[in-house]
Amino acid sequence: MDIKIKLNGKPVAADIPAGMLLIDFVREHGCASVKRGCETSNCGLCTVLLDGVPVLSCSTLAARADGRSVQTLEGLQNEASEFVGFIADQGAEQCGFCNPGFVMNTIALLRENPDPTDDEIRAYLCGNLCRCSGYEGQLRGIRAFLDSRNAEGERHE
Amino acid sequence: MGASFANSMVERAFFAGVRRLASVRQYNWTVCNPSKNGARTIITFQKYVRPRSLEEAWELNQKKRNRIVGGMLWLKMCTRACGTAIDLCDLGLGEIEETENEFRIGAMVSLRQLETHAGLAAYSNGAVAEALKDIVGVQFRNGATVGGSLWRRMGFSDVLTLFMAMDSYIELHRGGIVALEEFAAMPYDSDILVRLIVKKRPGAFAYGAVRKQSTDLPSLNCAASKCGDEYRVVVGSRPARAVVLRDEQGLLAAGVTEQSAAAFADYAAQRIAVSGNMWGSAQYRRALVPVLVRRTLAALGEAL
Repeated sequence: MDIKIKLNGKPVAADIPAGMLLIDFVREHGCASVKRGCETSNCGLCTVLLDGVPVLSCSTLAARADGRSVQTLEGLQNEASEFVGFIADQGAEQCGFCNPGFVMNTIALLRENPDPTDDEIRAYLCGNLCRCSGYEGQLRGIRAFLDSRNAEGERHE
Repeated sequence: MGASFANSMVERAFFAGVRRLASVRQYNWTVCNPSKNGARTIITFQKYVRPRSLEEAWELNQKKRNRIVGGMLWLKMCTRACGTAIDLCDLGLGEIEETENEFRIGAMVSLRQLETHAGLAAYSNGAVAEALKDIVGVQFRNGATVGGSLWRRMGFSDVLTLFMAMDSYIELHRGGIVALEEFAAMPYDSDILVRLIVKKRPGAFAYGAVRKQSTDLPSLNCAASKCGDEYRVVVGSRPARAVVLRDEQGLLAAGVTEQSAAAFADYAAQRIAVSGNMWGSAQYRRALVPVLVRRTLAALGEAL
């Protein structure tokens, strides 16, 4: 079947099998940041933004994205660059395999709630699993980014 | 967020998935791997259709090999070669409509929409968000649908337990409107769940669950409500489907107090049948029932 998707802002048309998953579609179109992980809809590695909403691309039919906008980390480098350095500073990336999913969901969190509390960060990111870090590093990194941004804002006022 | 990592559900589900994949590969590699890069798709569809009407969807759904696609979060775990994927996404069922008397919740509304809906939060005293917050993660809840969650009538469903405590009804395309309690006991058929209807009745609600870890499936869940003059306590994840317990003995007639909640909890322990699975033995659940019922009733008492 034929579908047309706006992938990272660029129109993409393709003839796909009816049962193709969105993760396979975006990876075939060069978005290798989207990782296949648990296969049970639990780990968050495959997170993409579908019309701006974070979803699990491993559990979404590519056909359902027909006519809609899909964003992966490849298309959100600028937005991600604001805070990923803070996460790296905390040593929270280690092997890095879960990072794209974490970053995508953090982008969604900050769009929805620009100044979250620690508990709100934990609650929003609880669907992202990481084998290496124990999660506190990611939390410290995001908190450090928010504190830095807020301090910067106060200096400008 | 770290707590979810060690959770046994994820671990076990993961390895179950791996085992399933391995067996799939042995007997049917080509059917189960249709994409060009040999990706590990477990369920396959020959065709994908977005019906233009409920009647068209219903007709498609009469073929046994066709499947309605909700969030596809459980469906994708199947090892099945299906005919047509029936996607209801163009039927306008993705909205929550609030009127003076009821909430009309379309089958394609996501669990996240429910969780963040201000009207439902106010009506349920926050019980809706409380019930949904531990269902895996935000991305999962953005995909999972109300229709998919209720249609399967899974024993562990937080959604089913929650809404059974409310004055809730299911609208079926051919079957009409049936009480959710009745729907929960019905066998599966090929009708289509159109929407969930929640009647606004004066009262209060509370929800509680016991999980080994946050974001795991519940070992036991419980919703308590006072709708009009009627008290309801619903216990689910027994692990069988949720059941409603009413105050037939008038234990709560004078209101929810520490003593009346304890008395009702003892009554529930006698009436609620439980058994065991990997989330808890029958003995464990038997011990949990009175404690969780008492605590949920105490929360209800505070909300009243």
